[in-house]
This record gives sequence, structure tokens and C-alpha cells, in this order.
Amino acid sequence: MTTGKVTGIIANLVMVEVNGPVAQNEICYLVLGELKLMAEVIKIVGSTTYVQVFDSTRGVQTGTNVEFSGDLLEVELGPGILSKNYDGLQNDLNKLDGIFLQRGVSSSPLDADKKWNFKPIAKSGDTVEAASWLGEVGENRLPHKIMVPFKMEGSYTVKEVKPEDEYQIYDTIAVITDNNGTDHNITMSQKWPVKLAIKAYNNKPRPSKLLETGVRVIDSLNPMLEGGTGFIPGPFGCGKTVLQHALSKQADADVVIVAACGERANEVVEIFWEFPTLVDYRTGRKLMERTTIIANTSNMPVAAREASVYTAMTLGEYYRAMGLRVLLLADSTSRWAQALREMSNRLEDLPGPDAFPMDLSAIIANFYARAGIVELNNGKPGSITFIGTVSPAGGNLKEPVTESTKKATRCFYALSQQRADSKRYPAIDPGLSYSKYNEYPEFQEFMKSQELESWVDNANLMTNYLQRGKEASDQINILGDDGVPVGYHVHHWRAELIDFVVLQQDAFDQIDQMCPLKRQKYMVEKVLDICSAEFDFNHFEKVGELFKKLINAMKQMNYSEYLSEDFRKYEGEVDILVSEFQGSTLTQASV
Amino acid sequence: MEITATFQKKYTQIEDINKATCTLRATGVGNEELALVGNKLSQVVKIIGDKVTLQVFSGTEGIFTDSEVVFLGKAPTMKVSEDLAGRFFNAMGDPIDGGPSIDGEVREIGGPSVNPVRRLQPNKLIATGIAGIDLNNTLVAGQKIPFFADPDQPYNEVMANVAMRAKADKIILGGMGLTNDDYLYFKSVFQNQGALDRIISFVNTTQNPPVERLLIPDMALTAAEYFAVDKNESVLVLLTDMTLFADALSIVSNRMDQIPSKDSMPGSLYSDLARIYEKAVQFPNGGSITIIAVTTLSEGDITHAIPDNTGYITEGQLFLRKDSEIGKVIVDPFRSLSRLKQLVIGKQTREDHPQVMNAAVRLYADAANARTKLENGFDLTDYDSRTLAFAKEYSNELLAIDVNVVVETMLNKAWELFSRHFQKEELGLKQELIDKYWK
Ligand SMILES: Nc1ncnc2c1ncn2[C@@H]1O[C@H](COP(=O)(O)OP(=O)(O)OP(=O)(O)O)[C@@H](O)[C@H]1O
Ligand SMILES: [Mg+2]
Repeated sequence: MTTGKVTGIIANLVMVEVNGPVAQNEICYLVLGELKLMAEVIKIVGSTTYVQVFDSTRGVQTGTNVEFSGDLLEVELGPGILSKNYDGLQNDLNKLDGIFLQRGVSSSPLDADKKWNFKPIAKSGDTVEAASWLGEVGENRLPHKIMVPFKMEGSYTVKEVKPEDEYQIYDTIAVITDNNGTDHNITMSQKWPVKLAIKAYNNKPRPSKLLETGVRVIDSLNPMLEGGTGFIPGPFGCGKTVLQHALSKQADADVVIVAACGERANEVVEIFWEFPTLVDYRTGRKLMERTTIIANTSNMPVAAREASVYTAMTLGEYYRAMGLRVLLLADSTSRWAQALREMSNRLEDLPGPDAFPMDLSAIIANFYARAGIVELNNGKPGSITFIGTVSPAGGNLKEPVTESTKKATRCFYALSQQRADSKRYPAIDPGLSYSKYNEYPEFQEFMKSQELESWVDNANLMTNYLQRGKEASDQINILGDDGVPVGYHVHHWRAELIDFVVLQQDAFDQIDQMCPLKRQKYMVEKVLDICSAEFDFNHFEKVGELFKKLINAMKQMNYSEYLSEDFRKYEGEVDILVSEFQGSTLTQASV
Repeated sequence: MEITATFQKKYTQIEDINKATCTLRATGVGNEELALVGNKLSQVVKIIGDKVTLQVFSGTEGIFTDSEVVFLGKAPTMKVSEDLAGRFFNAMGDPIDGGPSIDGEVREIGGPSVNPVRRLQPNKLIATGIAGIDLNNTLVAGQKIPFFADPDQPYNEVMANVAMRAKADKIILGGMGLTNDDYLYFKSVFQNQGALDRIISFVNTTQNPPVERLLIPDMALTAAEYFAVDKNESVLVLLTDMTLFADALSIVSNRMDQIPSKDSMPGSLYSDLARIYEKAVQFPNGGSITIIAVTTLSEGDITHAIPDNTGYITEGQLFLRKDSEIGKVIVDPFRSLSRLKQLVIGKQTREDHPQVMNAAVRLYADAANARTKLENGFDLTDYDSRTLAFAKEYSNELLAIDVNVVVETMLNKAWELFSRHFQKEELGLKQELIDKYWK
């Protein structure tokens, strides 16, 4: 193996004089007495290799010995990943001793002793290739496929698959033979370098199915699709993390991977403490059972922060290859970009805009491109839906990370300071935000097949009302309440009705936080009915009077159990209010 | 700071000197190791081959190219023990109160971070009596939160008030670029309240060299970890002013030819600040570290890199603003935020707390719109006028920093204001709360 000696240190960038071959992104270790500090090769100039150290470099000297591993930065894949809390390098945080994270310590990502009940899928004589399903174990009762390792190239013939029984991850569960007649033992564990995409699938169609999130302003206005990409930029304190947590709790996915990338430890702790008690309302199972957390909080080493998003994506790709629907969340991708910036500055690379690396856009685009819905080699679908947050400096959406991410994604959920300041949560700005999927014919087809054919039309209608409302209130602000026709006030208040009843949603209210599609459809149609009703107001003050009462009653509906007695009571109030002004009643909810 | 060492390497040839750093040729030197340059405390910040760059904490004035450089073979440390209580130190950890030096266990400062799975979710409400905080932006032990304030605002006074009422076992003051007057103010508050035995101060005043400030947070937090982890105590750490700390960071990084990012701050500002603020934690053994900091703004600009990065790190911020209408300083309900409040409000406080808080702020926002209308010369509706009347009383009786009552009184006051100015359905509150609390 290649070894080397340290020749320079600038924070966590270390220069190493090497005596043999090294690879870009190869892992090496700085030997500091008893400690071995992990590092990754990021640049090679002649015999000087630049490495980024995933730990504090305190005490490293010129002459410190370096051992190269021959491997790239890899994760270990196998049953037991779900419910785990990893750091950015896939150390199992629960296995580390002590209150503090000591330098140079590591722990194994999987549990070597745990027994899994393996059931064969393939049989001897089958032709298989990388990612073919050989068998299955139940991981938190999810069907976890044991696959031909992704690194294995070409095709193989199955010689033997072990019968149903209890096995540990390093036991051989199958033997496959290559074209030269050589046998390969397959276990339930495999490794994969995180910076390379796992490409073991047939093709990547366009997304078409709605991913239900229970967040009205997303599902009903700017829908996310299974295998889609989106991002949430917003100034600090506007609700990025609260929104992502809501998605991680409520979204209709089989597996949820949350990458806390350079953000607050207390926010991760919230997940640690809440998820084991919260229940997925669709399956009745504890949320933790479908969730893996990658916690590389802001005080953990910066280089590992960069690795953490790749670790998360690779775990996602692993579960996608099993035909599962994965939701991947990263908070915040800006911290990842900043980690890249810190390093490129130390390398004295030519800086791009705001001192970010020149190729930032490409790095972000490549990363988002790893998400998506795929048709696996066996014809079955699997998906990774990826939603990242972006923390733009100074809240300015014209900065490089926001702009690059906008190009790489299809949904844009821009949080506005103004909405957050007036506590209009979630603060997704209806004017700026969009989902390109609303324009996808295959999405409209899908909604039709779900008997939700007016979904996209309704979204467009609401967007129009909101837009007109904004224009009207701008005019009112310029010309004064009685300087505009009463109709302007109607426009303004229609938008307010949509805002308060559909857009705003209390993430901390037990009932309001999760709004299933059926309920969304009902409320949206109710709101649109009111918006399309012709009212006769003789004075602008009357408009606000009615709409405030409507908003109040409909908010009470949102806070009540769907179709409960209370819900009906407030609905009755809404109908009376409307008929008083208009003389017709609105349609009733059907069970 | 411990500066004796058994193993010392000496050099007498310095090649480059600038305001904050100097460079010499030396071998066998570790990164972040301490050194004395002509008796000035310094730390290794960069090594290229045999060229070692030292950051000189007290500034490089008076350093000669042939000044003696002694490497101490270790990173910065301090001694911790119960004896720290009641004492005042400078940035190096040397006593400045005339008392003896501290005996105790030697610890490296700036130590490792807490394993997130070993943290407890913060859960203890910290009552301050100030409604702008307790009602709208409730603090929780283990939280980190700064005051965002213009330099002319009484942030140190408010912070001292909060500290005195917070019922912490220990209060650790980390003063960075503190004016001598403010230093004496803190000292007298601590003394007058009979709290001196609970206080530990690490102070760098405007009279001390700026780069020394860089040591203050690590000193304060190493002491805090001793009391919170070893002694299971609740520790409140006050850091003022973190803007001056960040300025010191930029002095050093600019001297080291790093490419500055926004507002000439180092590209690593976010990580540098996070390393400090993330020391706030609730430990499972009952000990906790809560950080209340001050970030001074320049003309209220929170988009500047220092407050901006801070806001992205801390769990909210408390915004002080002078309300000219009532002539008092208030905790601005729009820009202020405590992100941990939902862990305690409505749980450790009365059930109506969350909704009352939000409704009041919404009405206050409506009042702001009404004021804009007024300023633009438009007529106000009846509702507009009522929001304005509400806002004035709300500001005076709840938001002002001179309020000192318990949370229940704050909630009752809010309901009183609601019913004085509004109809039930104008509030958008849950019906069951209205039935129970409407006055
Ligand atoms: N849907 C919501 N319902 C109620 N309150 C909300 C909602 N969204 C956000 N908030 C409030 O806003 C605060 C800040 O939200 P959050 O922590 O998600 O912001 P953020 O955008 O992630 O900020 P940062 O960039 O600093 O991490 C929350 O603590 C909460 O008080
Ligand atoms: Mg956040």
C-alpha cells in the first residue's frame, strides 16, 4: 500500500508527499500516535497529494505518517440500515461510547450479530447481474431485497441460493458463477463508493404519480411527484426545517432518509425523540421504522458534512434498487456547498461567484440527477424523491446555490420572510413558488386515474385567484380602500380566503398538520365554490366582514376531525354565511 | 492559561511579520500548538513544509525578527475546578481580580462536540418575566439565542436582567471587546444581586488586543462544560459581543491571505460560529449549557454576514427595537423568534399560550399595515383603528422590556386586550379556547 508523509497543514487541508500510486477520492489515514484520522484525496499535483481530513487536525505535524487504503469513500449496504442514526461517514452514532465524539473513533454501520430471516427469490440456474434480487429479509417488516452486489460487472449464473433460515449479514446466502466458471460467494452486505451513482436499472422515466405529503400548499398547489426533485430556499427562521420535518413524518414513502447536513443538533434530537413514538398513519407503524438519519450537524467536521449528502443519496439508491419508494431530505444543501467552498478556498482554486467553486452548478446538478423514478432491470419501479433546503446568504435568492439548484430541480418552494414574519406558515410564497409537474400530461393522466381529474385545474384556478388578489391589494395600498372599486376588495379577500384556509397550515396542531388528499380536495372545492360565487356588496367594509367570518369558520373546520360533528357544525356556519349573502347553499361533503 | 511545558523548542529567526501573524522556519511543530513569541502567546495556524505561521493573540507590535520563539508542545488548555466560581479572568485565563491563580484539572479548550444521540431534547422553560421573551419567544435550557441589537440599544442591561432571573446554577460571562463601563456594569449587577459566587467571567475589554477575543468563547464554554457535565449544573453562558469576535476572525483570516467571502468575512464563518453555539446542550444527567449572546448590528442590517450566519445557527433571535410611539425599547415580535418555544409552551404553560401568542402577533401585523395606510394618507377602516389601539397597548403592556410578570399574567393581559378591541371571530382562535378564556 502507498504511504506518505505530511508536508503542510492549513486547517483540515493537509498536503502529503506520497511514495506510490494514489487515486482521486481515495481514503487515507493520518497516524497520530494511537489515533488514525480519516481523510480523502481531493487533488493530486505531482507527488503532492492534497487530502481533506474528516476530523480536527490539531497536533498533526510535517512528517506525520499517512497510510493510503486503496478504497474510495464507501458505505456498507445491508439489512439494518433503517432506524439507524449515522454520522456523515456512516458511523453508527449509538455505538460510540461517551458523551463526546472523540477524534478518530469509528463504529460499524451494520449489526454483525443480528439474525435475519432470509427467504430465497432466485433459484439455481437463473441468470443474474448487479442488483438482481437473490432473496429477501424483513427489515422492520419492509421487504428488504438481498441483491447481487452493485460492483459486480457482467452476468452470472446462480449456482445456489440458501434455503429459508436465519442468517447473519456476513453469512453466505448465495453462490453465483461468472462466465469463466469462477464461483462468487454472496453475503447480505456489500460496499459502494458514495460519490458514484448506482446505475443498476433499465431506464428513468418521467415522474407521473403524486407523492402525497399532507401539506396543502404542496399537494394542492405545487405537487411533488414520486421520484421528483424540489428544493426549499428561505431566509433563516422561515420554516425550512419545520416543513422538511412535516414531509418526513407525513409523506407517503416506504423509506425516509433525513440528512441533517451542517444544521443544528437539537433539530436532529427532535427526530430522535419524536419518531420512535409517532405513528405513520397509513401503516400504523412507528415512523422510526422507516427512517434513517444522517446527522452531520454544524459542529461536526466540515469535510464529513460534504460526504454526508452522498452517504444519504447512496443509501437511498440502495433502497430504490429494491423497488421501494424513498424520500430523501437534506437540510441544508447550502452547508454542503459551503463545505466545498471552504476547501476550494484552501486549495486556492480560482473562485467563482461568492467565492464558491467554479463547478458548483455542475456538482449540484449531478447530485440531484441521482434522484428519480427508475424502472429496475426486473421491470419493477423504484424511486427517490429528493427535496433539499437552501439557506441563501442574506435571504437573497440570487445567490449561486439557489440559482444552481433552481436549474437542477422541478419544484421550487420559496419561503418568504414577509409571510414568516406575519406567521403565515408554511411560508411558501405562492407567487414565486412552482411545481413544473403541474404541466406534465402524465401527471394529469395519473390524477384522472385516481378520480381527482380537476386537481391541476383547481391548482391553476387558485394560483389565478391568488395572483389577482395580490394585484388588487397592491392597488388598494396605492389608491386607498375607497379609491378602488369594491370588486378589488373581493379579489383581495378571495386570495386571503385561499391563503388562510388552503395555504396556511399549523404544523404543530395534531389535526391540521396532516391533510389527506380527499380532505384537501374537499376544502379546495369548498373554497373555490365561494370564490366563484357572485356576491353583491354595497360597501368595501362588508367584503372583509363576510370573508373574515368565513375564514374563521373554515379555519375551525381545518382544526376539527374530518367530517366530525364539529366539522359539520362549522361547515354549516359557512353555508349559512354564504347563503345569507347569496341565497344559495354549497355542496356538502360526502363520506 | 497553562504555559509551562516540559518539552520546549526555541527559535530566534522570524521571517515575516504582519499585524496578526508571524512566520518562521521550524520543525516538529504540531498544528494548533501554542508558542510564545517574545513572551506573547501565539498559536500555530498554518504549516507549509518547515514554514510555520503563528497567530499572535495580543498582536505583533514590538515583535522583532530575532525575538525568541518557544513552542510549548500542546494546544491551549485551562484549569477547571469549583474554584472558578466567583472569579474574573482575562482571555488567557489569568485572574484579573487580584485573586490567586486556579488549581484544578487541566483541560484542552475547544474540545470535541457532543454526540447528538447523547443529547436530551431541551425541556426546561427559562422564565425571565419579560413578556416579549416569555410570551412570544420562550427560552428553554440548552438553547442558543442571540440578541440582535443596534449598538445604542440596552442589550447588555436586558441580558444581565435575564441572567439574574434565569435561576441558573452558574452564569459565565464571556466579554469580547466589552467597554470598560459595561464590564463594570456587569460586575456591579452581579455584586448587588449577591450572585457573585455563581458567576465566572472571562473578559476582553476594548483596552485589550482584539485577536485575544478569539479565546474567550472556548474558555467560557470549557468552564461551562466542566460545571454542566462534571457537576450536573445548569449553566448560562453570556457571550457579548459576537460581532466583535467575528471581526477578530476576519482580521486573522485576511492576514493569512484567505479569499474572503461576503462582507470580507472568512468563508468558514458559519462553521466557526457554529462550533461555539453548538456547545449549547441539555445533557441527560440534568446539566445544561444555555447560550445567550449579543450580535450587534450595523443600522439594523441583518443581511450582513455576521447576523445572517448567526441566524442560521442559533435557535432564534431576540430583536430589540425602540418603539417611538410608547418611547420604550421592546422585543420586536416580528423579527424575534425562539425556535424551541414549542417544546414548552402550552405544555409547561397554559394551553392557550401558542394560539394567544400567534393571534396577538397577527393583530400587531395588521396594525403595522394600518400604520402604513395612515402614513400614505388613506382613511382607516374601523378595524384598522382598533388594531392600532390594540398595538399601542400590546406594545406598552407586554412587549416593553420593563415588563416583569409571570406567564399566566401575560396571557390574561392578552385576552383582556383582545376583548377590549375585537370581536371573537376576528381572532381566528380555536373555539374551545374562546369559550374558556374570552373575557
Ligand atoms: N408550519 C408551521 N407552523 C407553525 N410554526 C411554524 C411553521 N413553520 C415554521 N414555524 C415557526 O418558525 C420557526 C422556524 O422554523 P425553522 O426552524 O423550520 O426555520 P428554518 O427555515 O429551518 O431556519 P434555519 O435556516 O435557520 O434553519 C419554527 O421554530 C416555528 O416556530
Ligand atoms: Mg432549519
